[in-house]
Amino acid sequence: MIKITTRRPASDLVERVAELSGQSIFACYQCGTCSSGCPFIEAMDLHPHMVLRHLMFGMEDVLTSKTIWVCASCFMCAERCPRDIDMARIMEALRQVNLRENVDHIKISHMTEAELEGVPQIALVAHFRKNTG
Amino acid sequence: MDIKYYPGCTVKTSARNYEASAIAALRYLGVELSELEQWNCCGVVHTLSTDDLMKQLAPIRVLKHVEQCEEREEVVTLCDMCYNTLSQANRLVKDDPAKLKTVNTFMECDDSHGGYTGTVRVVHLLQVLRDTIGFQAIKKKVKYPLRGMKVFPYYGCMLLRPGEVGIDTPEDPTIIGDLMRALGAEVIDDPVKIECCGSHHTVGDRSIVFERIERIIGRARSKGAEAVVLSCPLCRFNLDTRQQEDRTIELPLPVFYYTQLMGVAFGLDEAVLGLNEHRIDPRPLLREIGYQKKGEYGRITT
Ligand code: SF4
Ligand code: SF4
Repeated sequence: MIKITTRRPASDLVERVAELSGQSIFACYQCGTCSSGCPFIEAMDLHPHMVLRHLMFGMEDVLTSKTIWVCASCFMCAERCPRDIDMARIMEALRQVNLRENVDHIKISHMTEAELEGVPQIALVAHFRKNTG
Repeated sequence: MDIKYYPGCTVKTSARNYEASAIAALRYLGVELSELEQWNCCGVVHTLSTDDLMKQLAPIRVLKHVEQCEEREEVVTLCDMCYNTLSQANRLVKDDPAKLKTVNTFMECDDSHGGYTGTVRVVHLLQVLRDTIGFQAIKKKVKYPLRGMKVFPYYGCMLLRPGEVGIDTPEDPTIIGDLMRALGAEVIDDPVKIECCGSHHTVGDRSIVFERIERIIGRARSKGAEAVVLSCPLCRFNLDTRQQEDRTIELPLPVFYYTQLMGVAFGLDEAVLGLNEHRIDPRPLLREIGYQKKGEYGRITT
């Protein structure tokens, strides 16, 4: 039997994300519009609407999900959300919670010349901004 | 007319042909594009964290320079990412005087000029073409209409979203397509035109970019496109260089900046347009539809 409780989630992650992103997490009514338009869904483990659902329950698995790093901040979801939630900002907040622990998601010193060849600066700077603290 | 533009890092390196073709095409239209005397990298991506004011310094410093040192009300960008970052930072400090004050206090030691007051308009070159010069006026200047050329205008993200800074309808933009029609080309349309090209994943995980461009190029080709036309140097890299590396794409589509196709239609010298700098050579297509190099383009009439 499902028990409905008024107990708050054990984790304070949702407050932290709400503060960093400036978004109201609980305004989401799980319509899935964000996930249906996300161009990167194939490469994600949790779909964007699931990230929000897990957050609401205080589930910290969102922090170790691939999804938050795959999100490219393309703002497709933000533009279409009927509840005016900017998912790109929520993904950024989740990356920031990780990065502010002083753990970068990429190792710049491990990057090879072949990887970097011809890559425009805007790609490099964006990559570093999204993956390092 | 004289316009100040902010080039940004990429337009000065891997997208030099975008800059050169823009300057040449605008000069032909009687507009001088002159570079800001001083500028720094805008930071490329707008920070999405509410407390991260540090990352607003770079774009606001650019805007302060435009306002205080060059005493201009408008700055034009070529790169879509610069456009987006400068516009979003501008919007943020215009709406939040407290944040603007903090940023200004931080920049006080830069020079003897005053702080940024929020008067600058950030404008993309495409907006200049549409709103200041006008596509009708451009059409009248076309010497060699791109007749018979089927182009797919690709917009990506940064010109359109978030909607507050977008230069056109986010779901169905037409600005590049309208320009192409003015140049005489046939426009191929598909909703995929607003989907991300894979962006910075081109550095960390090319497979994500391959998946994206296979869809974009696949849709464009299935609708009959012969070329892609776009405005962002990162989209150019992904749709051109990465497309060529993608073994599953048998018939790659050449990619143009809109300014290069303006140059072609205006009959400008091919060398100025830097068409040879793209990985997938777009020149065979131009020859195929009847343009040949004779110092300037000319339609073969025989
Ligand atoms: S589109 Fe908005 S309301 Fe719908 S699931 Fe996504 S975040 Fe929630
Ligand atoms: S901003 Fe992120 S989550 Fe939203 S559609 Fe784009 S990639 Fe997907």
